[in-house]
Amino acid sequence: MTKEGRRHLGEIKGFAIQFIPYSEIKSLGADDRIRKILNIVLGNNIIILQGKLKAEEESRLIGDTMAMIGHVKDFKGIELAVIGSDERSNVIDRFRKGFVNILSGGDVAAITIIGPASIVKEIKRNPKKIELLLNK
Amino acid sequence: MAKKTITSILRRLMPALFKNKKDIKLGFYGPPNAGKTSLANRICKDFTGEEIGSVSKIPHETRNVQFKEKVEISYKGKKMTFKMIDTPGITTKVDYEDFLKYKMNKQDAKNRAKEATQGIIESIKWLDDMDLVVIVLDATENPYNQVNITIIGNLVARKIPVLIVANKSDLNKADVKKIQDAFPEYPVVGLSAKYGKNLDEFYDAIFKLSKKVK
Repeated sequence: MTKEGRRHLGEIKGFAIQFIPYSEIKSLGADDRIRKILNIVLGNNIIILQGKLKAEEESRLIGDTMAMIGHVKDFKGIELAVIGSDERSNVIDRFRKGFVNILSGGDVAAITIIGPASIVKEIKRNPKKIELLLNK
Repeated sequence: MAKKTITSILRRLMPALFKNKKDIKLGFYGPPNAGKTSLANRICKDFTGEEIGSVSKIPHETRNVQFKEKVEISYKGKKMTFKMIDTPGITTKVDYEDFLKYKMNKQDAKNRAKEATQGIIESIKWLDDMDLVVIVLDATENPYNQVNITIIGNLVARKIPVLIVANKSDLNKADVKKIQDAFPEYPVVGLSAKYGKNLDEFYDAIFKLSKKVK
């Protein structure tokens, strides 16, 4: 990035984007998965996670996030979005995907984006695209 | 003696017939300011004459789970009794500074934010206890929000029947079809809780889904 470009981005608070392959969380239990995710987010990182959490894990992540607001300085919560692989698939596709998921141990075709709300203003999602809007 | 024996045999063969029918626990879930309390109020007012909670333009007005017991809904000659459970709106972020825009002082805004976060935790805990859930969405907002998908995913995992309400259908910006397209696997009813529009379709859907309650 050029110096000028950096100066332009200077308005945005410092952050990093961290990619986590599914293999990093595959063997972890729900508690450890959520702890790992929140630790990374609290370090002002945006996570791009290969795969997705279970619905129960997502709701626990929201619950744990709420418990931290007011206790961790400047923490306002998270932005979360999942780009699934099966939203408009037919029965055969779902069967095939289910088989692949069993072999891989999770829905590795999905992508989960999680970022601290102090950095990520909004994750705009519609079936065809996803936009990450950052706070200035 | 013979009557007792027949009853005993029937009890064993068809336990569902003799099961004590409890009131159906009907939960109202969704993001903040979608109109959960407005809809619950409309139903409670129509059938009990009392409201369940207060409504406000400021998000997170409902910060505790609220109940109304024994709400008997009559619709087209049929009657069912519900325990209505109105829950705080679920979101992934709560910033007290958002409340300052509504001319709230800093301390009140901080208190409201704290109570809102506790309310969200309470809402999530209550997911386990519902028999039937109405997800109330604002039809003027983008439905592709992960919180909506997370709530529905949790209900599906618990085999709890779901009805999606596209509220605020009276507004020009409302797009009920967009919500139907976003959730094609679930029944979606467009209505206006504020003006009581299209509640017949809502009651019809509730009565149909009540049959799926385990």
